[in-house]
Amino acid sequence: MGQGLDLFAAVSAEGAWTVTELARRARAVVEAGLVPLWVRGEISGFKAWQSGHWYFALRDRSAQVRCVMFQKENRRLPTPPADGMQVFAFARPTVWEEKGEFRLTVLDLLSTAAGGLWQVAFERAKAALVKDGLLDPARKRPLPPYPRRIAVVTSPDGAALRDIIAVATRRWPLAELLVIPTRVQGDGAEAEICGALALLTRVARLDVAIIGRGGGSREDLWTFNHERVARAVAAVPVPVISAVGHETDVTLCDLVADFRAATPSAAAEAATPDVLEVQGALDHLGVRLARGLAARSGRVAERLDRSFDRLAGLMARRLERHRHELATLAGQLDALSPLRILERGYALARDADGRVLKRVAQFPPGLVFRLRVTDGTVAARAAEV
Amino acid sequence: MARAPEPLSFAAQLERLEAIVRQLEGQDLDLDHALKLFEEGVERLREARDRLTAAEVKVKQVLTDQAGNLKVEDLDR
Repeated sequence: MGQGLDLFAAVSAEGAWTVTELARRARAVVEAGLVPLWVRGEISGFKAWQSGHWYFALRDRSAQVRCVMFQKENRRLPTPPADGMQVFAFARPTVWEEKGEFRLTVLDLLSTAAGGLWQVAFERAKAALVKDGLLDPARKRPLPPYPRRIAVVTSPDGAALRDIIAVATRRWPLAELLVIPTRVQGDGAEAEICGALALLTRVARLDVAIIGRGGGSREDLWTFNHERVARAVAAVPVPVISAVGHETDVTLCDLVADFRAATPSAAAEAATPDVLEVQGALDHLGVRLARGLAARSGRVAERLDRSFDRLAGLMARRLERHRHELATLAGQLDALSPLRILERGYALARDADGRVLKRVAQFPPGLVFRLRVTDGTVAARAAEV
Repeated sequence: MARAPEPLSFAAQLERLEAIVRQLEGQDLDLDHALKLFEEGVERLREARDRLTAAEVKVKQVLTDQAGNLKVEDLDR
């Protein structure tokens, strides 16, 4: 049986076609006559099925055609189209035999809006985040000035990680970088990133987190525009620095993060202080410390000076008084001196050993003794009685 | 058994040092107290400087094992 319009080739005994035969033939005719082509129209009656396939119609003022876009094709698109959206569809016309329906199997879909479906998806996710207050500037947390533990959520073999390690090593020796490796692009990358971000809640004593990747195409960077990635960033318990792609690429991840850095290197700079500046600050604190004490002890020294003057005065007065007392005491001592008594005409007798002789019995006849008078000593002998 | 207390973070150490300096620069302080503060400040300053000199950046990677436990390993660079 050929593909031509041999209208009587497959008739039944009654001379009529079966429905199945007709549908099959119609499909063959349509597929042979209309190769895949671009169609322009408006989306209508859009429905995404549980299976992941999309069903909708494309229409203009006077006609419409049913369309299906299978999951294996639509997974590459950032978002489903909305009803009323003007699109270009690249599609293969066919006949769906079960329903006898003419329709398009859509292979690719572009929005005619500026930025296409990507921009539509971006704006849609952004609106959802705004609604939940996740882009509120008041949510932004300050970055810790002297962090120790810094989490880095990125690809383990990208240039971004190398740059971050290099900058942190140069600037801040106290840093401990904890790399949470994850794929950052491709199918399922957003789920991996969300998993990596969720791990952060389990890392103890984390100070700050960096999430990012180097530059890439819009499709490569798209992972960071997924609403669920943005929400996972917002849920991180410590401040997050986002650095996705280059300066000109702004992703939802950047918008939700506490700080947006233009590049991974810039993210590492934002995360860490410069050790030379910190050392300078320490020197300055040292100077203030010394000055503080000097000013303090200067005031104390003044007070001490005054105290010393008072003390010295007190001592001088005391000494003066003591001098009087001493003079009196010296006078009394003087008066008691035995020499003064000898002066008054008394004499002191001592034997050869120096013992003082006070009684008659101590003077046997002929005893030689010495007599001390006021100006010297004379030898004497006790007379015979 | 009680765990050893977490050593003071650099940030906390610097904060303490700044508080000491401010106090010392303030007005009402007797000499004894001022000297004590000064000594603590000098000690903190020395510790902070030593920390900066002695430290070296560490790079590790955090993975999960099959049971979902966190594993921290050195990162091959």
